[in-house]
Amino acid sequence: MATKTEDYLGKTDYKVVGTRPIRHDGTDKVTGRAIYGADVRMSGLLYGKVLRSPHAHARIKSIDVSKAEQHPGVKSIITVADLPLQEDRIAELGEGAANLTHLRANVLADDKVLYHGHAVAAVAATSLNAAEEALHLIDVDYEELEPVLDVRKAMESDAPLLIENQTTSSMGEDTGTKSNVSTHFQHKLGDAEAAFAAADIVVEREFDTATVHQGYIETHNATGHWSTDGTVTVWCSTQGSFTVREQVAQLLDLSVSRVKVVPTEIGGGFGGKIRVYLEPLAAVLSKKTGRPVQLVMTREEVLQATGPTAGSYIRCKMGAKKDGKLVAAEAYLAYESGGFPGAWAAPGSMCIFAPYDIENVTIDGYEVLVNKPQTMAYRAPGATNAAFASETVIDEICEKLGTDPLEFRLANSSKEGTRRADGPVFPRIGHEECLKAALNHPHYKSKLEGPNRGRGVASGFWFNVGLKSSAAASVNTDGTVSLVEGSTDIGGTRTSIAMQLAEVLGIPAEDVKPSVVDTDSVGYTDVTGGSRTTFATGWAAYEAAQDIQRQTIGRAAKLWEISEEDVTCEEGVYRSKSDPSKSMSFKELAGKLDDTGGPLVGRAAVDPAGVGGAFATMIVDVEIDEETGKIQILRATLCQDVGKAIHPSYVEGQMQGGVAQGIGWAINEEYFYNADGRLANGSLLDYRMPTALDLPLLETEIVEVPNPGHPYGVRGVGEVPIIPPPAAVANAVYQAIGTRMEVLPMSPARILEALWAKGNGKS
Amino acid sequence: MPVVWIPSLMRSLTDGKEQVPIEGETLRAVIEALESDFPGFKARVIDEDRIRPGLAVSINGEVTNEGLRQKVGPNDEVHFVAAISGG
Amino acid sequence: MARKTHVTTTINGEETQFLCEPRNTLLEVLRDDLDLTGSKEGCGNGNCGACSVILNGRVVDSCLVLAVETEGADVQTIEGVATPEGLHPLQQKFLEHAALQCGICTPGFIVAAKALLDREPNPSEERIRLWLAGNLCRCTGYDKIIRAVMDAAETMETA
Repeated sequence: MATKTEDYLGKTDYKVVGTRPIRHDGTDKVTGRAIYGADVRMSGLLYGKVLRSPHAHARIKSIDVSKAEQHPGVKSIITVADLPLQEDRIAELGEGAANLTHLRANVLADDKVLYHGHAVAAVAATSLNAAEEALHLIDVDYEELEPVLDVRKAMESDAPLLIENQTTSSMGEDTGTKSNVSTHFQHKLGDAEAAFAAADIVVEREFDTATVHQGYIETHNATGHWSTDGTVTVWCSTQGSFTVREQVAQLLDLSVSRVKVVPTEIGGGFGGKIRVYLEPLAAVLSKKTGRPVQLVMTREEVLQATGPTAGSYIRCKMGAKKDGKLVAAEAYLAYESGGFPGAWAAPGSMCIFAPYDIENVTIDGYEVLVNKPQTMAYRAPGATNAAFASETVIDEICEKLGTDPLEFRLANSSKEGTRRADGPVFPRIGHEECLKAALNHPHYKSKLEGPNRGRGVASGFWFNVGLKSSAAASVNTDGTVSLVEGSTDIGGTRTSIAMQLAEVLGIPAEDVKPSVVDTDSVGYTDVTGGSRTTFATGWAAYEAAQDIQRQTIGRAAKLWEISEEDVTCEEGVYRSKSDPSKSMSFKELAGKLDDTGGPLVGRAAVDPAGVGGAFATMIVDVEIDEETGKIQILRATLCQDVGKAIHPSYVEGQMQGGVAQGIGWAINEEYFYNADGRLANGSLLDYRMPTALDLPLLETEIVEVPNPGHPYGVRGVGEVPIIPPPAAVANAVYQAIGTRMEVLPMSPARILEALWAKGNGKS
Repeated sequence: MPVVWIPSLMRSLTDGKEQVPIEGETLRAVIEALESDFPGFKARVIDEDRIRPGLAVSINGEVTNEGLRQKVGPNDEVHFVAAISGG
Repeated sequence: MARKTHVTTTINGEETQFLCEPRNTLLEVLRDDLDLTGSKEGCGNGNCGACSVILNGRVVDSCLVLAVETEGADVQTIEGVATPEGLHPLQQKFLEHAALQCGICTPGFIVAAKALLDREPNPSEERIRLWLAGNLCRCTGYDKIIRAVMDAAETMETA
């Protein structure tokens, strides 16, 4: 269906959009009735477990499963030999491209293991206990290799190579040099070198950020059934049922129609539940045993072997004139991909200076293999690391200029027409509005006093994406509408999508019954990710409602025996233009469908342009405990341009959740690897995410600069709120103790070191 | 005439030119024209008659979903950018 | 396979009998043998609270309780919080405040918060935060959860 950027309705007097109805799936979720992936039960179910590498880097010389196969209860054991060989090619997998040999070798290791926890074999047994016992009986002969865990070391020419035939690709050109660097790219605007020479103030710093995990509370899971008719059904919690279908089909050499993915409720994703891990294993184990097989990861497996976000090394240099104008910027970003090539330095590079109008910019980005799990997206992937660097450097420039950090950002802000460093020009965006909201916020106007306290600010930008969505809606005779869609609901999107349909038809949100259905039951729909769901699937629902409305107008005409041209519809009331006595509500009309041609179904499939980028600005107050080095967050406020908040409560929820994760990234969260590359903190006790005690109430200021590319002005809200917190907290820490923090996380140990270095801590 | 912004790592192909005005009513035609002026250009951005995986083409700031069939207007700006997905 | 033990316990007010191996946790029995899948496993070692149940009046992580230990015990799970008449005020307030996003931690939070309100009808924000510090939520930043619990306490006091 054609969708154009001029579709923005420009209305403000909505009846449903902007209200806060109770979510449709709420009761099931507060009573424990909602079925998540690990809650799937079926007859004859076998339980699967995965054998994982104890080494960070090793060659697999042999795998002997003969003893394990004899263990009571064991039904099947598979290794990579049970997965069809793949061509060394890049395939579009519904959400980004992937090299199929890499995807296969990540699901089950091929000739080498590339990280601690890398899957080596999988067992299906009649009980979980039996499956676990069998793992100990599998004999793997490893030849240990030297691991490389640091991104800078991995880039050195004599570093151990993870993928031995890996060469560096440089904007489509293969350099031919064997390297752990899979990709180098560059953005160049103007002449940064000359501009730095002419700048009055230049600040340059180096930053390191740790590997962190999305930390969803539900672990990965999959239940697979390979029917004797050759079809495969997979139940799993995923951000994208269609990308799982695509990945499973590709990996198992099946056409997509032979794979059905049934998405269960999903217990959090944040970018981490897109790539398959267990789904192909469940399918193949089921094929071998003829019974359904379920695999559920432990928390340790999730931390060791799913896709955390990239750790990074970033060098950032910015230059300004005395009058406060940013004139030059330069960045070098090296991101850890983990064991297989990743793609997160790319968006990091595109975002790092995007909030500002700078004419001379050079950015170099590198994707680098290290012996850690293959990284995955995590809310605005790449951008948080990048903003930690640039927003800290900007803070220092403000300090040197003696300028208010928000006023400085406002004076240099990107706006409609600003050219980004990667080339394109911004359409209407709302960074200035976020900054103004922050400047006027009672938080910023309040006084912060007391020792070891400081206030920091920072901004962030994320693109958001559109991508493909489908929806179908059928009118029930009681005037409600059943809506089926394919976007798994991680944060209330059933409701935000249903509301967009309700608005068109002039019915309450409660009169829409949204369902998230399997891949055989709705048109193709991309992942719940990229902040796209309310934007794009909402748009599909809007279009499906338009489709219904075209038909209901026809039905009204038929009922009244007048022409369609004579019928108008406003806010769910149908009227005859020529005869004011003829009027009927949507509900009344729905009750008369049988007399006018029977069932009525609306549908839409969209691939919309008009994506609106998102900005957010954070204010944070911290207090440092001199004795422990702990950062206490005293107050936090996020001002975010959301375009239009369809359901403000869930918009606030995204903002608060992103801020909380960003704060965790800033002050605590970190993968600890031993020198031999083993993950030392694979539990939620030692991988320390924020608890209710660590955070204050999180203030949200919803800024609405409508996106002209969407009917209701939606931009997408899920990702950008995670970007500002690490930099804002670092800037606040500087105000509190006078040290610029260059390493994430700013853990108590690092804060204490900073205090001791200044001689003002208590040792 | 549409103007193609040349990615910095490909400017060795265009004698350092950052922007190249070039005839073409579709993205395919534009890329073919670039190829004839700057041999080697096409292989860097196209793979098996499609825009390379991981790469996206932005026309006036809007990422196209029509691939090489994308219409290009006389005043359009064409950029090759990284394909963004998100989390 | 180890020999199974017969256990008699009361779950959500109903006498319940089950067989379990000595190594099985209460959480495993609830989910896998009794089909009470409302209690969730987020970590398996007592760090996330998604499996919170009330055992003899105290909130516990059911992944840290061996099922054989519950002989003669009284267990309340999320499935027993609502009544046929309707939702518990905590459940209602979680919905009204949008205090859940993905919902996987929600049963644990509601059970833990109920255990608090059962004994302390009017807790402060700080008290609620301390009490719920053993329950991890990764979606909400806790703000709306804390507000929902405070509002539920107020509603129950005035009711």
